[in-house]
Amino acid sequence: MRKGLFYGLLFTSPAILGFIIFTLGPMIASLVLSMTDYNVFKEQTAFVGIDNYSKLFSGEDELFYKSLGITFYFVILRVPAVIIISFVIALLLNLNVRGRAIFRTIIYLPSIVPAVASAMIWMWLLNPDLGLVNSMLKWLHLPTSNWFYSEGSVIPSVVLTTLWGIGGTVVIFLAGLSGIPKQYYEAIDVDGGGWYSKLRHITIPMVTPTIFFNTIMTIIGSFQVFNEAYILTQGGPNNQSLFYVFYLWRTGFRDTEMGYASAMAWVLFIIILFFTFIVFKTSKSWVHYEGGERT
Amino acid sequence: MRQSKLTLAAGYAALLLISAMFIIPFVWLLRSSLMDLSQIFTMPPEWIPKPFHWDNFHRALTIVPFGTFFTNTLIIVVSVLVGTVVTSSIAAFGFSRIQWKGRDTVFGILMSSMMLPAAVTLIPSFLGWKMLGLYDTYYPLIVPAYFGGGIFNIFLLRQFYLTIPRDFDEAAFVDGATYFQIYMRIIMPLSRSVLIVVALFSFLGSWNDFMGPLIYVKSDSLFTLALGLQMFQGTYTAQWDLLMAASAAVVLPCVIVFLIGQRYFLEGITLTGLKG
Repeated sequence: MRKGLFYGLLFTSPAILGFIIFTLGPMIASLVLSMTDYNVFKEQTAFVGIDNYSKLFSGEDELFYKSLGITFYFVILRVPAVIIISFVIALLLNLNVRGRAIFRTIIYLPSIVPAVASAMIWMWLLNPDLGLVNSMLKWLHLPTSNWFYSEGSVIPSVVLTTLWGIGGTVVIFLAGLSGIPKQYYEAIDVDGGGWYSKLRHITIPMVTPTIFFNTIMTIIGSFQVFNEAYILTQGGPNNQSLFYVFYLWRTGFRDTEMGYASAMAWVLFIIILFFTFIVFKTSKSWVHYEGGERT
Repeated sequence: MRQSKLTLAAGYAALLLISAMFIIPFVWLLRSSLMDLSQIFTMPPEWIPKPFHWDNFHRALTIVPFGTFFTNTLIIVVSVLVGTVVTSSIAAFGFSRIQWKGRDTVFGILMSSMMLPAAVTLIPSFLGWKMLGLYDTYYPLIVPAYFGGGIFNIFLLRQFYLTIPRDFDEAAFVDGATYFQIYMRIIMPLSRSVLIVVALFSFLGSWNDFMGPLIYVKSDSLFTLALGLQMFQGTYTAQWDLLMAASAAVVLPCVIVFLIGQRYFLEGITLTGLKG
């Protein structure tokens, strides 16, 4: 069919055009901008080469390293927490218990709550004086916390908040678990193995592609956290939750240093690419694909 | 597969505990939204409002023009939804049911944009819309949906279209059907459920979007619910009764839409492939 190419391009043209207009074009423009001193309120814009980048890495801009460090800390805390907790919840949901569908709905539900509303709810739950969590802790005679309001606890508190929205990851794990053929487990039953050997020798190896997928998606998402920073903390207290994208937004839109902010965006892109690449590279040694190849 | 009674009982207990932890924030939201401030601040905390202050909702939603914000949000949500469903399904058709040279390469390139942080395209896109004189309008939020409707949706639909047997198209070709007729008469009717999933994702995506309106909308009269709620929080900091009532009002439509569509929803997430 010669006409295939014509029709193929015709049907996909909105998407291809969209990619060129809203992704590729802005990407190139962003790279160019990142090599200028563009500021909305400045008359003249000059080409400055890699000055923005060298300024970022020279240490002159202390907040850059600070926001980078904070974001790394957040990613390191959040990614394992999301993967482990959602995997455990998925395992539980995969048990043949009554009311599975209801449990699944309850666990998924928070993930559709708008970020602003969820931030509001957590601000109230974690309110140091009047919040539910601290009053429960007091009641249990456990130490309370200042949560979002103290430098040491603000990042773990944001991680905690985002764990409420873990439902999407859980459901993807569930899909992975349901794809494991039942016969494999029966083989272990025959051999007299218990739940631990099932988990160790079948479930975990079989679900590694899903772990891989979820890990990559969670890393990409965690590096870009913005809403929580903007709504919950505005980067505070004392810049201790100055997340990278929040700092980028502040530089580009509040301080209108758009050239410099574009350079920050590219640094973030390279960092995300780097970590995705690392996970991909290591995946050969731990991700198990049925039939050897990815479909 | 055998599951011992003990495993099941332990699992059940764990699920109950976890579900409680996931649902308590909702309960707390609702209970706070129906109390007056003095009862909200009682220690130890009370769970049942006495009496039920339904007027919190009325007050919260009229102090700030939430009616306008609701209409604004709806305009964006519906416009985005239409564009997304139409153009992502057309594109997915072209990436799955038509054979053409370079198809999978082009699709791969488009997919790779999922790794691109939004921050990279944010500033040039903003400047572009501003140059067109469309800053402080909804165009920047709506128009992109008419150009493919997001690669993730195309991916989702493509995964589904690939599972429909080829014979259907072949038979239609023999009868002299065009690609467009195949799309309209064969593929579309078969993919109703997955189109609903895309519509749901699109609804939630634009209903919940915060950064988009934050960057492109300036006038109060054009605010969305998300922006309105954030502004409300800035103004009525310690009015937890009103804040919770306003939050509950923003959350409720999402929850309703989800509960209605959840059957399709969970199917759809499963469809993201991950067949391993």
